[in-house]
Amino acid sequence: MNGMRIKPLEASKLHAAAKALYEAGGRVQFAYAWSPHGSGTEVRYICAVPDQQDFDVWTVAGCSLPSLAPVVPLLGWYEREMTDLQKIKFSGHPEPYPLVLREDDSTRINGSLKSYPPTNGHAHLPAIETRDVQQLPFGPIRADVVESAEFTFFYIGERIIYYQPRLFFKHRGMESCFQGQRPDHAVVIAERVSGVGTLAHALAYCEAIERAAKCTVPPRAQALRVLLAELERIYNHLHYLGHLCHTTSLKVGEAQGKLLEEKAKQLIARLTGSRFLRSLLTPGGLRRDLTPDRWLGAGLEALRQEFVAYVERLEASESHLDRLITTGPLPARIAFDQGATGPIERASGLDRDLRRDHPYAQYAELPLAVSTLKEGDAYARERVRMAEVEASFILCQRVLLLLEPGPIRTECAPPPLSQGLGWAEDPRGSLFYAVHIGGDGRLARVKIKSPSFSNWRAFPFTVHDTNMMDYAINEASFGLTIAGCDR
Amino acid sequence: MALWTLFGLMSGKATTPWPKDGANDGQDGVLGMPRYNPALCQEGCEECAAVCPTHAIQIQDGGLSVDYGRCVVCQLCTEACPSGAMEPSHDWAFGVRDRTDLVWSNDRTSHPAADRTERRAFRRSLHIRHVDAGSCNGCESELQALNNPFYNLHRLGIFFTPSPRFADLLLVTGPVTRAMFEPLRSAYEAMPEPRWVMAVGTCAVSGGIPGGNYACGTGLEGVLPVDLYLPGCPPNPSAILQALLMFLDRTPQRVRGGQIGG
Repeated sequence: MNGMRIKPLEASKLHAAAKALYEAGGRVQFAYAWSPHGSGTEVRYICAVPDQQDFDVWTVAGCSLPSLAPVVPLLGWYEREMTDLQKIKFSGHPEPYPLVLREDDSTRINGSLKSYPPTNGHAHLPAIETRDVQQLPFGPIRADVVESAEFTFFYIGERIIYYQPRLFFKHRGMESCFQGQRPDHAVVIAERVSGVGTLAHALAYCEAIERAAKCTVPPRAQALRVLLAELERIYNHLHYLGHLCHTTSLKVGEAQGKLLEEKAKQLIARLTGSRFLRSLLTPGGLRRDLTPDRWLGAGLEALRQEFVAYVERLEASESHLDRLITTGPLPARIAFDQGATGPIERASGLDRDLRRDHPYAQYAELPLAVSTLKEGDAYARERVRMAEVEASFILCQRVLLLLEPGPIRTECAPPPLSQGLGWAEDPRGSLFYAVHIGGDGRLARVKIKSPSFSNWRAFPFTVHDTNMMDYAINEASFGLTIAGCDR
Repeated sequence: MALWTLFGLMSGKATTPWPKDGANDGQDGVLGMPRYNPALCQEGCEECAAVCPTHAIQIQDGGLSVDYGRCVVCQLCTEACPSGAMEPSHDWAFGVRDRTDLVWSNDRTSHPAADRTERRAFRRSLHIRHVDAGSCNGCESELQALNNPFYNLHRLGIFFTPSPRFADLLLVTGPVTRAMFEPLRSAYEAMPEPRWVMAVGTCAVSGGIPGGNYACGTGLEGVLPVDLYLPGCPPNPSAILQALLMFLDRTPQRVRGGQIGG
């Protein structure tokens, strides 16, 4: 009922459990640590099991566990994050370095900002001493209006030998902001974890609280949530296409993609009062009713027609296609092992989508075409997103057609010491919120698993042994955010 | 083969003439800072201050102090207020030169602006270096939108530049995370004089939601000298344009004492 089937495990049984899960076709989604009131630290592994709506949750007590990263590589970053922030030791970890915090950060966590020393610590780069290999550190402040992150390239001429992104310059401690807050008001925090994923974050958070409170959201609110989530997908993917054209130097294509994004944002603002779909959701439903009159359906249809013409033109632009086809291929095996999610994994042949596999809001009642491709290159990633925009337009129109009047909000107060798991298919992939309510009815622990955290982990595998000219295109084809990853 | 050039020419002009009078600013329906009307405020009611996540509204000497520099536009106060003293509005053009202008006040006299003679030479050509010091990427999304065909920042002689060495204005978003503190300072140090700093978004102005926790500072206050403040969560592209033009003395400042039209 709360989205989870809790299964306590001994630390010594972890490896066997992981093996059994993978043999059954399941996948670990994420892991986190928390300290229940009055007892020691507990590590939780959240797993998707085939044909099961709820997620299995393995709970393992203790601060010193065997690392699962050697058998489930995607857990590598989650374990390092727990080591940084909760001081949990994982024995046998293949990359035992800090991830979220810089070297020595954890010991200075309460120090003041101004006394803080330079943070260009050791990035654990491989020692490459061949004379011809050059090292290029790039960032954290880079050209153009982009988010902060540092990338290191080892290269010979045009050829990239090895690449390592260094993220978490933007780590804001967002999960800690939830602690002690009222569950209804904290949706404002969830909305500010990743700006361009505002609605998905608010939705996953609200779902988690609603599952903890065992409350049922009224149908009108469920339907409007789908509409809003798909509008978010539309403007994000339009931006993605415009930005991808920027990297392939297709100037008019870039302008058109970004103009369509702007039109989508203006439609959204007219409907909701916010270009980023903020201040709309609350646990139990919506904060206020929306009146999507006929103008919205007409506006979306006009936008769809422009979008279709835009896609036709992109598909006929050889210079654009030449740069995408065979660029940055991500094999299905690596995508699965490293935890790639959303359009990225679907472009590599993995047929997974939370909206269909673990339906939430009103998705179970709506026709949803999940598009997958096998190639796994930049072009496949572009085409999967194009198809998703099409599908989103159809979903929006369907919701508008079927929308019935009715209440939009119900009481939702999670009882003390309850817990819930919420999820949403963000434009960039699977997003999870795990919430724990304290004895006072306020939030005790909130864990956010963002899609970009997963996809950043997989991305470098498409960069090693490629060339510099393709890098920007490949990065754009992943459509990653850094705020969501760093939190 | 796609004929992009022909398509572009046939599509005509997509750019708004805004801020020319009467032109479309593109912000139809966009909610801004809640408008405070003390006359409607009920004595003893503290609902708005209790729900405000960033303490933009505080109880002070029996009354309210409202600091729009801390407002994240979450609208919780407008929903909590029983009497309409906190009212939803479309007031988003909140760019100001002086931080005190963001605090609600009855006194709406103009603060003496800093000497602007230096700035005159930059009125028709301003180069901006943007630094993300830990934003949620909402501000970046709107900054990127400035270069879309609708706003077309270039038409106003304002450009983003890759290197701080070419920049006149350092535009900062985010609450300044611990890890971005030094890179931000280095970017500022690398700029030639005269140089100015703009805080975009409530995080950069005062820290926003995560401000002051273990990972974040509280915006640019005390980190860099700020010449231009623009709160908002995030400020929309027209608000950013308006603030930049105001900074260049090409349009008047709209907010004084926390109120539009002061």
